[in-house]
Amino acid sequence: MSRSLSPLIALFALAVLYALPAIAPRAMVQDLFGILTLLVLAMNWNLLAGFAGLVSVGQQAFVGIGAYAMFAAIILMGLDPLVGVVIGGIAAAVFAVPMAFFAFRLNGAYFAIGTWVVADIARLAISQWKALGGGTGTSLPKGTAKEMAFVDGIKEMLDVSTAAAADALTYWLMLSLAVAMLVASYIFLRSRMGLGLQAIRDNENAARSVGVDPLKLKAAVFLLTAFATGLCGALAFIQITRVTPDAAFSVIDWTAFVIFITVIGGIGTLPGPIVGVVVFYALQRALADYGTIYLIVLGCLGIAVMLFARRGLWGLFTDRTGIDPLPLRHRPPRVAKPSHSA
Amino acid sequence: MMLIDTLAQGMLLGGLYALFAAGLSLVFGIMRLVNLAHGDLIILAAYLILTVATVTGLHPFVAVLIAAPLMFGFGWLLQTHLLNRVLGNDILPPLLVTFGLSVVIQNGLLSTFTADSQKLTAGSIEAASVDLGVVTLGVMPVLTFGSAVLVIFLLNQLFYRTALGRAFRATSDDAVTAQLMGIRPQRVFAMATGIAMVVATIAALYLGTRANFDPSIGPARLLYAFEAVIIGGLGSLWGTLAGGIVIGLAQAIGASINPEWQILSGHIAFVLVLLIRPRGLFPRAND
Amino acid sequence: MSALLTIAGLTAHYGDFQALFGVDLTLDQGQTVAIIGANGAGKTTLMRAITGVAKVTAGSVRLAGEEITRSPAPDILTRGVAMVPEGRKLFPSLTVEENLLIGAHARRGNGFWTLERIQTLFPILKERRLSPGTALSGGQQQMVAIGRALMSNPQVLLCDELSLGLAPVVIKEIYAAFPQIKDSGTSIIVVEQDISQALRVADHVHCMMEGRITLSGRPSELSRDAIHDAYFGVNHA
Repeated sequence: MSRSLSPLIALFALAVLYALPAIAPRAMVQDLFGILTLLVLAMNWNLLAGFAGLVSVGQQAFVGIGAYAMFAAIILMGLDPLVGVVIGGIAAAVFAVPMAFFAFRLNGAYFAIGTWVVADIARLAISQWKALGGGTGTSLPKGTAKEMAFVDGIKEMLDVSTAAAADALTYWLMLSLAVAMLVASYIFLRSRMGLGLQAIRDNENAARSVGVDPLKLKAAVFLLTAFATGLCGALAFIQITRVTPDAAFSVIDWTAFVIFITVIGGIGTLPGPIVGVVVFYALQRALADYGTIYLIVLGCLGIAVMLFARRGLWGLFTDRTGIDPLPLRHRPPRVAKPSHSA
Repeated sequence: MMLIDTLAQGMLLGGLYALFAAGLSLVFGIMRLVNLAHGDLIILAAYLILTVATVTGLHPFVAVLIAAPLMFGFGWLLQTHLLNRVLGNDILPPLLVTFGLSVVIQNGLLSTFTADSQKLTAGSIEAASVDLGVVTLGVMPVLTFGSAVLVIFLLNQLFYRTALGRAFRATSDDAVTAQLMGIRPQRVFAMATGIAMVVATIAALYLGTRANFDPSIGPARLLYAFEAVIIGGLGSLWGTLAGGIVIGLAQAIGASINPEWQILSGHIAFVLVLLIRPRGLFPRAND
Repeated sequence: MSALLTIAGLTAHYGDFQALFGVDLTLDQGQTVAIIGANGAGKTTLMRAITGVAKVTAGSVRLAGEEITRSPAPDILTRGVAMVPEGRKLFPSLTVEENLLIGAHARRGNGFWTLERIQTLFPILKERRLSPGTALSGGQQQMVAIGRALMSNPQVLLCDELSLGLAPVVIKEIYAAFPQIKDSGTSIIVVEQDISQALRVADHVHCMMEGRITLSGRPSELSRDAIHDAYFGVNHA
């Protein structure tokens, strides 16, 4: 594969993905929506853990708060679901401020459980919110998705049912969020700040000595990924249409899967989450009939990757082939080796 | 009266949490490893006691004598074959490996024992209580608390009075220099995890006799244990007991106001303590 | 006298940087050998390579004829090579006495050195036995580090930069213990930057520069100028 060809292939794949609701059955669109949701979450977690060194096990807090804020915007304020999604993202980012203030006091590994505790606090606190059903949760009012902005237009354009049009809309939004995340991560990680972030991951003191403030940079990444995770959670629950504290704040669904996807695909690499999500989906399909076995397999795979190939499948691929279409490091100029002739 | 009763119950509950936490505290103190599967390992131990008791017909308090050495062996193998390979400067691999382990154990238990609730039946002792005049205390909670104090006392003796404890502390201080003393850090770590698993088995005994358990409740125990360790101050075993009591008290007080607030109150107490004393109540001097 | 420790063609790295280039050295039974050289000459890497802490890339280390190259550090100690590491490296969580006892962690059977004998050798260690190891003065810490290494009753004692950062009077006090250590049958390698101290204590002196031994001989055979040149590399530039 030549270097000039790969962007073309990527563009073509993207065009197919955007055209999908017009050409593929609705079930496939819904499936892909699920995959894209996990992909967005995985890209966020990868930025946090793989690049900023912040191993959060509390990402379900942002999914849950995004979802609940969206439900509140619709049910309590009567706003359009799409506005609700934006509010969901903002609410998650706002919650991330006190969460960071607290969790950043915990060093390294303890940060992981600290974020988990905070997510549990959010779950338990939301369970007390009686207007949104308390511990048993609540559903979107009937027809909410159909009354969403743009749904009518899409319905006419694709000539499909209202429900399918709503699916298409949320699918496009999630796809766009995924693309935006990918592009933003690429630009960010190659920027001065992004390189600083990777420097922090490699050596915090060295980074500080060249003028990168680790705390500020980490906090910024934490807030931004909280925002994107909140958006993603809100969007996901428009399609699910029903929210409960246990589902919205599920550590397995929104964090464990995401961690395994990133680790298996390649933590700290940009394409890692994409590779991981494909493997995850294939596994889920192949082992669908075996219930919990597939979670066991997933856990074992994650452990195996950490033991034998820390940069995941993508890392293995680049090591073996030397091909890296999305290099994050600026290549140092090649210096001709001085020849030793004595 | 109500208040005293609540406080007494809370304090005794803290004993259980200290038992959850002691193994975590020990392992962290020695090898700076945060084991995200600790809660699930406690639940695994509870199922092991249950299986031994069911197969042999032994009382859970006797079955634990068979389960504990098995768990020690399991901990030893886990450390030598898995965790020792990922310990190092990078915190990510041990965290992710133990997180993977947590999911594997949980779902392994789920497919073996189903999601049905189980309980260890200890007989008449479960309902027995002692009347202290001011309060009436259940024998089981008192026994739990007494065991917690005893376990922490013994761990402290081990840590500060034995050659093994010396090796634990030396390895924790400086693993490279410890090797120059003929200490094999990997073996020391395996020993520590083995001991932590024995403590986890004792915790599992009380967890399983006091209340129902199922494969999904491990992570919540991990959170309580973790809170107790952090509140107490890293590396301090008596601190861990104090931390367990703080969580127990907070949960009991919260629950007495509204049963739905039990867990939330514990978490909030944890956050408050950490905001006021970031290094916990009894931080170790050289950390 | 027979060779106790034989080092041949030893090559080792300090991180990515090659620090030893084919070092040859022998230590005879009962002998004291000094290695002198400036900072970065590779002396500490040599000590770390012998004790199994630094990675050996080529060459061999033999103890009484048996290969110990690339053995794990704890094995090398059990075979009888103990080290007083550079910077003392006492365990801060252990008391003075515990720091000494940990030296005997892997010891099997009896030997000359016991806690009592160490405390006789350095009486201050008995007086301060319950203090944390790191609460002592630099010189006293050095005594603990020596005592700790002796507690394993080693055949070979490696002492890395004993006098670094210590006052001359303290250095003298520490080296005053050497005759007794030699009498116990222990053979010694000292790494020193203090040339005169090294010449005083050693039967044989090697000078190292840039990872190689550049000069060897008995203290009486070596002229000040030769050592000076070997040390600073005047003739090698």
